[in-house]
Amino acid sequence: MTVAALEWTGPKRRYDIVKEAVIALAAVTALTLLLAAIFSSPDVKPVTVAQWSAADPTDFLTTAVSELDGTSGVATYGPPYTHVAGAGQNIVGGISLARLFGVQIPIDPARAFVLGPLAIPAQTNPRVARALAVYEHAPASEQRSWSQAFAGALAKGHVIARIRAHPAAFGPVPVLMGELLAMARSGALDGALVSTDRFYQTNFTKALLFLADGSYLESLAQTEHLLGSQWGMMNETGNYPGQAWLWLYTFWYQVPPFSTSSNADAQIWAIMALLSLAFVCVPFIPGVRSIPRYVPVYRLIWRDFYRRYG
Amino acid sequence: MTASTWTGRIRDRGVAAFPPDRLLPDTQPVYVASWIYVFGVLTLAAFAVVLASGAVIALAGPAWWHTSSVGHYVNSVHLWGTELFFFFMVVHLWGKFFMAAWRGRRALTWITGAVSFLLSIATAFTGYLTQQNFDSQWIGTQAKDGLNASGVGAFFNVLNFGQMLMWHILLLPLVVALLIGGHILLVRRRGVAPPL
Repeated sequence: MTVAALEWTGPKRRYDIVKEAVIALAAVTALTLLLAAIFSSPDVKPVTVAQWSAADPTDFLTTAVSELDGTSGVATYGPPYTHVAGAGQNIVGGISLARLFGVQIPIDPARAFVLGPLAIPAQTNPRVARALAVYEHAPASEQRSWSQAFAGALAKGHVIARIRAHPAAFGPVPVLMGELLAMARSGALDGALVSTDRFYQTNFTKALLFLADGSYLESLAQTEHLLGSQWGMMNETGNYPGQAWLWLYTFWYQVPPFSTSSNADAQIWAIMALLSLAFVCVPFIPGVRSIPRYVPVYRLIWRDFYRRYG
Repeated sequence: MTASTWTGRIRDRGVAAFPPDRLLPDTQPVYVASWIYVFGVLTLAAFAVVLASGAVIALAGPAWWHTSSVGHYVNSVHLWGTELFFFFMVVHLWGKFFMAAWRGRRALTWITGAVSFLLSIATAFTGYLTQQNFDSQWIGTQAKDGLNASGVGAFFNVLNFGQMLMWHILLLPLVVALLIGGHILLVRRRGVAPPL
């Protein structure tokens, strides 16, 4: 047992910890109420699919057709959403915890974001029902050919003119995309993306993944200085301190090799896990636990004690 | 005489470990005379403000503050209470580091404090995810990649509002409160670390 563990037998002073706690609570409450009154808190409205499709229909359609042809962010993401051979970030070498735990939140992008929602208007609109049936019964290669033709037309512009010139190349995809865009603009797609076979809903995974696959959400985040390269999610909208305590985690994303690594997330999480473990184990790490002895901050903290008692 | 019942044994051990004058002392060693010692109790006070403001929001539900000016103000109290909580806790933490406050069988006190800090980060993070505004959307869709890459995302889905709300208002605060309670009892048990 070290000296520090022994009961202190030296001089003592009066110290009313209950009074201290009451004063602290009153002071902190007053300070918080004041800060809240002066600075308020940010509350930028959430983006809806309706807003996205109205503001940037080309981005919306490009995203929707990429879900259909399997080239979207979610479709190529891998675990925990989709089965994609080799997908999932590696910590080092071929070690991937994402692949180890596998697909736990399965998403079929074409079904979840396009075909499933379109089945709702198809119940009352024969044209949509026919287009849906044609698409669903076509071979996968033909589905891909139609979707890729539509994506190409979107990229080149003048979509309607191109479709009218070569309608066979696009199959039923223009009808499907037109109806999905109409659904989105009406707000119906927002509801369809969160609906399940149960009445109450609390899970927004599908809707958020679909939004994140487009570039509209990111463009709004960029204007708010929220991109990963802008110290990302430790910030929040407006001039607020945000999650400043995430500075070390966010820091790694700003510096090489992580700023350019395709496995940055896995590597940074591994580093932060090790640093967190080291932080918890500071009392047991030789060298680190001795730093306070060599950095004389303690002489400042206990300056009265040293002055009086040497 | 040793008690023969479970209840009696727990009581006897509790009284032996925490006699009243150790649990609520009205004196402290003379070296406990620096502003740095105040930051522990300031952290506790901010934690109380955060819990109280969160409880008020809970009364009317998570969407209340978007449609009510009173609700928005209570949310602002919750936010600034959190900011102060972390500020006080970080100053407290650095103070304890430079005092090497883990000396003398006080390592567990450091560990409970450090784990409380890490879990508080997770608690605040789930709060940002459940604000139901643009920040929640962006933070969730960005954070998923790190969590998924670490394997955690397979079971801790930051895009599932219901799951994150339960973690934010029940599971994490409960664990943080228990850890902070244990941390305080350890401080009372071992006393304040003496000067180097």
